[in-house]
Amino acid sequence: MTSYILLFVSAAIVNNFVLTRFLGLCIFFGVSKKLDASIGMGMAVTSVMTLSSMLAWAVYTFVLVPLGLTFLTTVVFVLLIASFVQLLEMLIKKLAPVLYGMWGIYLLLIATNCIVLGVPLLNAEAGYSFGMSVVNALGSGVGFAIAMILMSSIREKLEIADVPEPLQGLGIAFLVAGMLSLAFLGFSGMIAI
Amino acid sequence: MNLWKIFSRGILEENPIFVLALSLCPALAVTSSVATALTMGLTVTFVITMNNVVVSVIRKLVNPKVRVPVYITSIATIVTLAILMLEAFAPELYQSLGIYLNLVVVFAIILARAESFASKNGVLPSLLDGLGMGAGFTLAMIVVGAIRELFGNGSLLGVQILGTWYNPPLLFIMAPGAFIVLGYLVGAMKIYQKKKENREKEREHV
Repeated sequence: MTSYILLFVSAAIVNNFVLTRFLGLCIFFGVSKKLDASIGMGMAVTSVMTLSSMLAWAVYTFVLVPLGLTFLTTVVFVLLIASFVQLLEMLIKKLAPVLYGMWGIYLLLIATNCIVLGVPLLNAEAGYSFGMSVVNALGSGVGFAIAMILMSSIREKLEIADVPEPLQGLGIAFLVAGMLSLAFLGFSGMIAI
Repeated sequence: MNLWKIFSRGILEENPIFVLALSLCPALAVTSSVATALTMGLTVTFVITMNNVVVSVIRKLVNPKVRVPVYITSIATIVTLAILMLEAFAPELYQSLGIYLNLVVVFAIILARAESFASKNGVLPSLLDGLGMGAGFTLAMIVVGAIRELFGNGSLLGVQILGTWYNPPLLFIMAPGAFIVLGYLVGAMKIYQKKKENREKEREHV
């Protein structure tokens, strides 16, 4: 049990995927202009990542490893996740139109994204069990959501700040992310896995 | 558009990292030294060029409805080839790039070039477009890598440049340094573009 909790905290905070491992940056900078959008995105990424980690674990353990095809992991995972997200989109559109109205646009952005592909790959590389894979994905998703929410709260304030012209937009977003990353660096080494 | 223009615009005007802000993960993650940055740049150049050629060759055979899965399969196959080659011929660099090599598959810039250029143009322009975008990407990676390695470690490509008097701030090598260096570089790129625009405006007036 302790190892699960440690893994969760490690994935969410100590080794935050966005701020210390640079995954999911396209979404992180693209969608973090408004707070409610980043909350939606954070939740969408967390759920998609957890589900696709389960799926990827099953395919890796029961298909790729027994057949000795581990060198195809990247190809298989990319196609698996992209088609899974498409399927999920169709299902949600059909079954829960209200939810689709809120999250639909995010799902398409997620389909081929570093963080959603990266976490299942890291799970496979580390040889995690099913439970560990799920916890790692959940933790990474929560960490992503935390980073998104922090970033968008700061960027909403930045709208009214007097930023030097060349740094407006992307430039200042990077500098802010650097400061956040510096803050998260304070956690480093707290949990060693 | 002439062929030179197709090749050269990826380097400055539409630089994938500084201007288009696509594929940022690698630009930050593997630029802590020039060697890893260069390897990643060359790998991406290889993948983007090969993929542009493949997409351009099959552009009339692919049903537009299934084009994205087809492109992704093509990209993933080429990336796997590149990974296997690196693992065989440069195992140390392969180790240091780790998971980020696999993630080349989902770099937005590769899919974006396939979708917006190679699927509409012939083989030769697509090849040049891939080479140009790859060159721009590699150049950006080297610039970020050189700044981070020089300030954070006092060396370039592993050769000590600054003497023992230099006490390197480790910040540059670590994660926050990546964000901060890239932030200022994006700003510098904007100033450059603004100046260029002004110059062109003046020329029109004359």
